[in-house]
Amino acid sequence: MSGSVLQYCSTTFAITLCLWGHPYLNSIFLLFFFFFSLTPWVPVVGLEIHAQISSNSKLFSGSQVQFAAPPNSLVSFFDASLPGTLPVLNRRCVEAAVMTGLALNCSINKKSLFDRKHYFYADLPAGYQITQQRVPIAVNGSLSYSLCIDNKMSQMVTKTVRIKQIQLEQDSGKSLHDDVRSQTLVDLNRAGVGLMEVVMEPDMCCGEEAAAAVRELQLILQTLGSSQAVMAEGQLRVDANVSVHHPGEPYGVRTEVKNINSIRFLAKAVDYEIERQIEELESGGTILNETRAFDSKLGCTVPMRDKEGKQDYRFMPEPNLPPLILYNARSLPANMNHQQVVNIDWIHERLPDLPSVKRAKLVEQYGILPEHSFTLLNEAGLTEFFEDVIKQTQMKPKKVIGWILNDLLSYLKQHSLTVKESPVSSFLLADLLNRLEKKEISSTAAKQVFAELWKGEGKTPLEIVKEKKLQLIQDQEDLERICQAVMAIKSGNRKVLNKLIGLVQRETQGRSNPVLVKQLLEKKLSE
Amino acid sequence: LLGRASLLVSAALKEGRVAPTELCQRCLSLIKSTKFLNAYITVAEETALKQAEESEKRYKRGQPLGVLDGIPIAVKDNFNTAGIETTCASNMLKGYISPYNATVVQKLLDQGAVLLGKTNLDEFAMGSGSTDGVFGPVRNPWSYSRQYKEKSVPKSHSEDKDSNWVITGGSSGGSAAAVSSFTCFAALGSDTGGSTRNPAAHCGVVGLKPTYGLISRHGLIPLVNSMDVPGILTRCVDDAAVVLGSLAGHDPKDSTTIQDNFKPFELSDLTDVSKLSIGIPKEYHAPGLSSEILALWSKAADLFKNAGAKVIEVSLPHTRYSIVCYHVLCTAEVASNMARFDGLEYGHRSDMNKSTESMYAATRREGFNDVVRGRILSGNYFLLKQNYENYFIKAQKVRRLIANDFVKVFGSGVDILLTPTTLSDAIPYMEFIKEDNRTRSAQDDILTQAANMAGLPAINVPTALSERGLPVGLQFIGRSFQEKQLLTVAKWFEKQVKFPMIQLDEVKRHDHGVFQHQKSASFLEHRT
Repeated sequence: MSGSVLQYCSTTFAITLCLWGHPYLNSIFLLFFFFFSLTPWVPVVGLEIHAQISSNSKLFSGSQVQFAAPPNSLVSFFDASLPGTLPVLNRRCVEAAVMTGLALNCSINKKSLFDRKHYFYADLPAGYQITQQRVPIAVNGSLSYSLCIDNKMSQMVTKTVRIKQIQLEQDSGKSLHDDVRSQTLVDLNRAGVGLMEVVMEPDMCCGEEAAAAVRELQLILQTLGSSQAVMAEGQLRVDANVSVHHPGEPYGVRTEVKNINSIRFLAKAVDYEIERQIEELESGGTILNETRAFDSKLGCTVPMRDKEGKQDYRFMPEPNLPPLILYNARSLPANMNHQQVVNIDWIHERLPDLPSVKRAKLVEQYGILPEHSFTLLNEAGLTEFFEDVIKQTQMKPKKVIGWILNDLLSYLKQHSLTVKESPVSSFLLADLLNRLEKKEISSTAAKQVFAELWKGEGKTPLEIVKEKKLQLIQDQEDLERICQAVMAIKSGNRKVLNKLIGLVQRETQGRSNPVLVKQLLEKKLSE
Repeated sequence: LLGRASLLVSAALKEGRVAPTELCQRCLSLIKSTKFLNAYITVAEETALKQAEESEKRYKRGQPLGVLDGIPIAVKDNFNTAGIETTCASNMLKGYISPYNATVVQKLLDQGAVLLGKTNLDEFAMGSGSTDGVFGPVRNPWSYSRQYKEKSVPKSHSEDKDSNWVITGGSSGGSAAAVSSFTCFAALGSDTGGSTRNPAAHCGVVGLKPTYGLISRHGLIPLVNSMDVPGILTRCVDDAAVVLGSLAGHDPKDSTTIQDNFKPFELSDLTDVSKLSIGIPKEYHAPGLSSEILALWSKAADLFKNAGAKVIEVSLPHTRYSIVCYHVLCTAEVASNMARFDGLEYGHRSDMNKSTESMYAATRREGFNDVVRGRILSGNYFLLKQNYENYFIKAQKVRRLIANDFVKVFGSGVDILLTPTTLSDAIPYMEFIKEDNRTRSAQDDILTQAANMAGLPAINVPTALSERGLPVGLQFIGRSFQEKQLLTVAKWFEKQVKFPMIQLDEVKRHDHGVFQHQKSASFLEHRT
């Protein structure tokens, strides 16, 4: 299914083609489809992303922010909504949102407002969430992301999605429903943690695009440090708005897909929902404006429990928080306490290199392929590892990248480890590569050493090389002796030269310098 | 002794003429003998005595914390007090003990004040009579004064001699009654639409509503966040200035408090009022204003005029829209603020456990009275998507117009506005309850809530006794953050009108010194 959906992105005509072969469509329908409905469907995907702000304390209270702390151990009087408590805005959260806004090319609102959004839920103690409905902190941005066509790393296209706004808001607590004892348990540790809601315009058209956009956002957030953005820990939550329509017609009715907890599932959920909607419409049905949950086990979306009709959130200005005023260098009041002001320019000047810039620099500086730069950045810490190795070795970056991507990364993937957890440090890898570069060992031997290093037994490459007798044999007499032995078996036939080299290598367990062996053999043959 | 201004007592404490524990004991026993007033919901006898003992030690060491050290005070029961029940006179919070002190409470305690207890109010401060709390109505001490008894028409013997008692006004009626009946020297109220000034007027005490943002609201259980201010009830203007000085200033826990440092001030005696410009807003000649109060208002204006002040009629044209506008804004915020009372984290929880939703519904039905529920309903109505623009936004615009009215008048050179505080003197409870809470609130807040809309400081100064022997007060409204000017003028006026002391038998029995000091003496006069 995902294969066929991918084509929505590239050409719309391809969609009609792929529907031909769909198992659920019977021949009568196909005929109808052929004559009356040749117009293709255009899927439209927009995203609402909640990123938990990485900060020591919550958005409006001094309680600590920590994942997986004992239940209700990080709850201030305000978080529990004790009567009479008031919100006090956390400066760090504001700065994180400004940073994120700037990184996403938004205009930062010098004055933004807070609102209350009302609904009753057990994990929302105040009965309302403080958010920024009317005037958010950042608006009108854009995010460029790249994705590969047909899963080929070599064919990358760059696309842009508009960012409608970024708003600051409170997270809710967590409810645990114990159906057996018909109890609901509430944990307020998360209640009041700062969130940035990033609203992406419906500029995407398939799961791959949505996934690529979110991945890029995730990298940006992690680079900025404004959010740890780990989806598995709920620091990044993505809701997808999906609809389909015919070209030239207004957007179709959209559904909101929730409960997506990985980027892979995002792509799956969006593609499933697009297919479902097309099928539904093709078979004469209608799309309901509803919220659906993605079931990762079944790989499909299902309608969520109806919340008794449409909610009216009864938005109201938050009266306990004055407007949030931000300054730039020009508007900065002279006599104001610096602890009290947030200076946009100051933050702008200190923005770290964003992933796109980092990739361009990597390509330029090290001459690696653009797709390699994507892989480097996609794995947390891999770029740093790569650069560390480069610093410590004479090997050319173009060659180093092969070792990083083909050897280190595949080992990491095989063992589900992060770069940080790698048993082979950048120092050890550089040491190994230096020996390879100095021709102390062959590349075949180097792979063997790497495999040994991976065991993490604390041995240095040199120790392994000695132990396993993997040194490249440089001694001419030695090699001559070996070659003679080979020659003794085979008569001088030029055609079997390569075979002979192979035999020499077998004889020497791959330790002989192939160039030297070739030269020697040629010499012997010409004698 | 108890009848004196707190600051005079402070001098007595300092000189050792009276001990804090003795003062505390006297107040506590007076609270007991005036229990029928129903001014207090909780009397914190034990902790009060402990605080008094601590204070006494400080005085003995010659290191009192300031003028408030050892001074018995009371706090409206919608301020959080750590370890002492905070009920808001509601079933919803009956038995609720807060883990923290409101900033204003903490400030008073830090300065050595002795907290006697928590005073009665309308449920969640929604009302203008102090009649609609779950602990019953507060009785106006003046109902039992010699002045009122002499003037009121004697009823036939068969009728309950007790049926004549008058209301305190509200919603800070408990605090006003407590100060008026000498059971404490100062009390905190809250003022959203007049809840401090209205009962102050009916109980013959000073009631100050400071500028919005001057005093922290942290720990005050909100009615309308954008209008609530902690109010100060005292027996004289000087006392109000001292309490204000101890409470005002930025609070990091309340983002709506001013950043600037507040400097406490002492009030000087105004000798020359000729530079003053007093505005008389004609719109305050509201329908229902009693002729008696109208006459008193004119007399007060003449008093200023005769002393050389410029007295001019001014217009605040949008005043008449104020009460409707207030109704929308107030109920909308109430609907929002009350959402947290769901029975989960604290407060009342219904036994109903069919579902979370049914538990919510039952909890809120059982926990709130009709008035609170009514306001929640209308507030939610105004906030509905289809109504928001027509009601809430419109009300906010009108609020801006009302505030601008004041800006214009003050911009034209007027220093202070002089208005009545209430339409009439306090009416008997039996009379009051003939109308519902909403009607009463709309009537009674009419002269006071515009100041809340505009965030301006305003004060009730007891002015005279009505024909029925009940207190009548006038209101001064000042410029934003110009409390010093406002209080200075109020003090001058207070001195001119010589408002009589309440004459209560209960107090007489407890405190022989009371009636020897007919004038409310000022601390500052005695200190200099």
